[in-house]
Amino acid sequence: MDFSDFLYMRSELSLLIVVIFLLLYDIIAGKKGMVYFQPIAITLFTIHTIATFFPYGPGEAFGGMYQNYPMMTVVKSILNIATLVVFLQAKNWFDKDKFKNERGEYYFLTMITLLGMYFMISSGNFLLFYIGLEMASIPMATLIAMDKKNLKSAEAGIKYILSAAFSSGIMLFGISYIYGTSGTLYFNDLPQLIQNTDPLQIMGFVFFIVGLFFKISLVPFHLWTADVYEGAPTNVTSYLSVVSKSSASFVLMTLLYKVFVNLIVEWQTILFWIIIISITLANLFAIRQKNMKRFLAFSSISQAGYILLGIIGGTAYGMTTLVYYIFVYVFSNLAAFGVISTIENKTGKINIDEYRGLYSTNPILSFVMMLAMFSLGGIPPFAGFFSKFFIFSAAAQQGFYLLVIIAVLNTIISLYYYLLVIKAMFIDKNEKPIPSIKSDTYSNASLVICTAGILFVGIFSFFMESMNQYSFGI
Amino acid sequence: MNFLSIFVLIPVLMILALFVSKKRNQILGIMVTGSISLICLSIYLVINYILARTNGATDPMLFTSSVRWYEPLNIHFSVGVDAVSVAMLCLASIIVFTGTFVSWKIEPLTKEFFLWYCLLSIGVFGFFISTDIFTMFMFYETALIPMFLLIGIWGSGRKEYSAMKLTLMLMGASALLLVGILGIYFSSGATSMNVLEIRNSQIPLNEQYLFFILTFVGFGVLGAMFPFHTWSPDGHASAPTAVSMLHAGVLMKLGGYGCFRVAIYLMPEAAEQLAPIFLILTGIGVVYGAFTACVQTDLKYINAYSSVSHCNLVLFAILMLNQTAMTGAVLQMLSHGLMTALFFALIGMIYGRTHTRLITEMGGLMKVMPFLGVCFVIAGLASLGLPGLSGFVSEMTIFVGAFENTDTFRRTLTIIATASIVITAVYILRMVGKFLLGPLQNQEHAKLDDAHWYERFAVIVLIAGIVYIGSFPTGLADMLNNSIGNVVAQVIR
Repeated sequence: MDFSDFLYMRSELSLLIVVIFLLLYDIIAGKKGMVYFQPIAITLFTIHTIATFFPYGPGEAFGGMYQNYPMMTVVKSILNIATLVVFLQAKNWFDKDKFKNERGEYYFLTMITLLGMYFMISSGNFLLFYIGLEMASIPMATLIAMDKKNLKSAEAGIKYILSAAFSSGIMLFGISYIYGTSGTLYFNDLPQLIQNTDPLQIMGFVFFIVGLFFKISLVPFHLWTADVYEGAPTNVTSYLSVVSKSSASFVLMTLLYKVFVNLIVEWQTILFWIIIISITLANLFAIRQKNMKRFLAFSSISQAGYILLGIIGGTAYGMTTLVYYIFVYVFSNLAAFGVISTIENKTGKINIDEYRGLYSTNPILSFVMMLAMFSLGGIPPFAGFFSKFFIFSAAAQQGFYLLVIIAVLNTIISLYYYLLVIKAMFIDKNEKPIPSIKSDTYSNASLVICTAGILFVGIFSFFMESMNQYSFGI
Repeated sequence: MNFLSIFVLIPVLMILALFVSKKRNQILGIMVTGSISLICLSIYLVINYILARTNGATDPMLFTSSVRWYEPLNIHFSVGVDAVSVAMLCLASIIVFTGTFVSWKIEPLTKEFFLWYCLLSIGVFGFFISTDIFTMFMFYETALIPMFLLIGIWGSGRKEYSAMKLTLMLMGASALLLVGILGIYFSSGATSMNVLEIRNSQIPLNEQYLFFILTFVGFGVLGAMFPFHTWSPDGHASAPTAVSMLHAGVLMKLGGYGCFRVAIYLMPEAAEQLAPIFLILTGIGVVYGAFTACVQTDLKYINAYSSVSHCNLVLFAILMLNQTAMTGAVLQMLSHGLMTALFFALIGMIYGRTHTRLITEMGGLMKVMPFLGVCFVIAGLASLGLPGLSGFVSEMTIFVGAFENTDTFRRTLTIIATASIVITAVYILRMVGKFLLGPLQNQEHAKLDDAHWYERFAVIVLIAGIVYIGSFPTGLADMLNNSIGNVVAQVIR
């Protein structure tokens, strides 16, 4: 192999350099140096985002162990943007004395999980895939339990690590069946060797895919989600719900497209039912939630169901819509989490009831929240409408009309609970609303980015069209 | 850029201007300037349209232009108008204009109210200028969502319940619609989502059955089709005056227009086969709405049920699938739009003074506020179809057109629907008799004042429109006839 092959891994390498630099800085810099830690981390990460922004490839390294397609770099850039926004929102969390000393770990661990997701996305072999997956989930458990003194956070951390280990076990079991029946783990060789006539392979496939469903937290593998989301620090929750989920769903798509092509009938059936249950059940549970974080947990489960609509058709257009959906979802969900974490860090209030009358004291925050809710609910002219429409059209194009009808009717249920939040903020009266909050520059910047995304990603077709030129189908 | 796009551009600019405005006068100034320019634009459009037609333009849509928007799905931002959309655009601009004057004193959060109001009008105008089904759908949904906040914040009565009910029912309808338009696009195999192009390609009959039902019901819910009309009385009763006006006057017309432009135009075969089912439903709606209005005591509920009856009549006429009835339907949309806006404006003004809308608690108001009283009587007479006012022209055309069908089924339904005229007379006269005439019931009301200048202005504009349609319908009907002929030709094909 040639050393120039390493250039295909430039996103990973560049992120690795940032991580190592920050780790060293954390060790060397004393108390005085740590004051600048956040700006430096964010600046470096921004440079990394810009440097690896332009898509390149396709190419392979290490004999097919590592693969890179232009679409994968697009997804990595989306994850970068999301992580950047999350980092910006972390500022007001670390302003609290309790967490002052944990800044270094937080940025370091978050970037390691991101690196894991990079490898997961670009893997060309089940082994590298598995390493990437574990690299993404074990530090995540640490992040979730970061609020050490808080029992809920610790509990969430344990819950996450146990369910992650369990799902990894199931997944490895599936991979072992696939290896046993085909004799290889390379994605390039597998498609010809996997046939839908071999029951053992189908079984292996089902075990494998169930492991991934755990990660994306689809019903019926979602039971850890709400507790973990509630217990984790809000900032980590937003990272978990956006970055972790988006990368896992994209990986699911590439694997189904590239490796399990011959099982298309099987996975279409599986996805069909999983989508219906996920969307419907999660929506019904979301209605009953009082806590904003639990509420968004269930909303994100149903959103994951919508994301899968892009996969089920198996077309290149489906891939475009999926990536576009993720892109829009990043902005909408992070806008909501940005508002929640600002309010939680300043006042400690997290229930929907406590948001009553928010508009009278915090017009801008409630306005951003409203945009986020409208975008999540799929209301034009905000970006969420376009992403929903396209993802439905991807499924309808392949004739899944029944599925689309069920999904679309579910958007009405989801609209109901998104409107409940808006109603609380704008319509309900409250004698003691949350006092006026002055948020810091970093959070404001993150909210500006999200708002701009919600407003402009849909109206300008540039984003979707440029994604479309990189997508590939079965 | 095509000048039709300015219809959307003006409200967008108004929103941007409202964002930076601070004082009340600035806000009102922006609204008045914006809505006057909308009126001017629609006058310009009418003149241009008539000139183009008299110069022999024969295309089904004029002033078309198309800009590629989303390439992967062949979505274009394409605009174009025919006589029906020109009429609707004029109606919309009149109602937006008068609505501004009616909500002159809106409190609290004046700026936010007008922001949402402008967003609503973006949806309405955008819908009527679009010829691409995606953009139509997008504007349709854009028009729906501001209703939630407009009713929820500035409404009265059970506003939260009504706001939620209205939003969810209409969004539910739009869900059906979404599947419908995706189905139309994919099964037609057309190369763009433009209505004019899809029309040229044949949609297979089996698919037509499914997607016709989806689109017709989807638009029909907004057109208050029985039994999906239940959002309308609650919504209209709770909404603030200007919003009721815009909603009953224009937004409900989106439903009728959509049925006409998308469902029937693109899927004529299915329309012909399935028309009887929907004819029965809308026929029931016509009579049921009128009967229900008879027993209501709240002024807004009376008018809301009367709207249900009239809007069902629009759909009823469209489904008759012949030229005369469809022309009548469009006339009815115009006439009902002006009439119901006038009603809601007057009710809002009366409510603002008496603080009650129950006709049992009022009486003899004619002596106290003669101007409002007289205007109310005019609106009532228009509603029950007095010759010389718009209601007569439109209902007459509809019933004549409907009776042109020779089969017993349609004739029987027409006869039943005609009964609504009588029932309308019953509830209008009952309402007028109870709260305008007779002795003054509540002595408190004797001190109330008559309409202010801005209220008078709004009311007079609306009455002028009603009288114009009622007295000089020929020019309008001729203009409409031509365009409707295109759709009817599609059905007969």
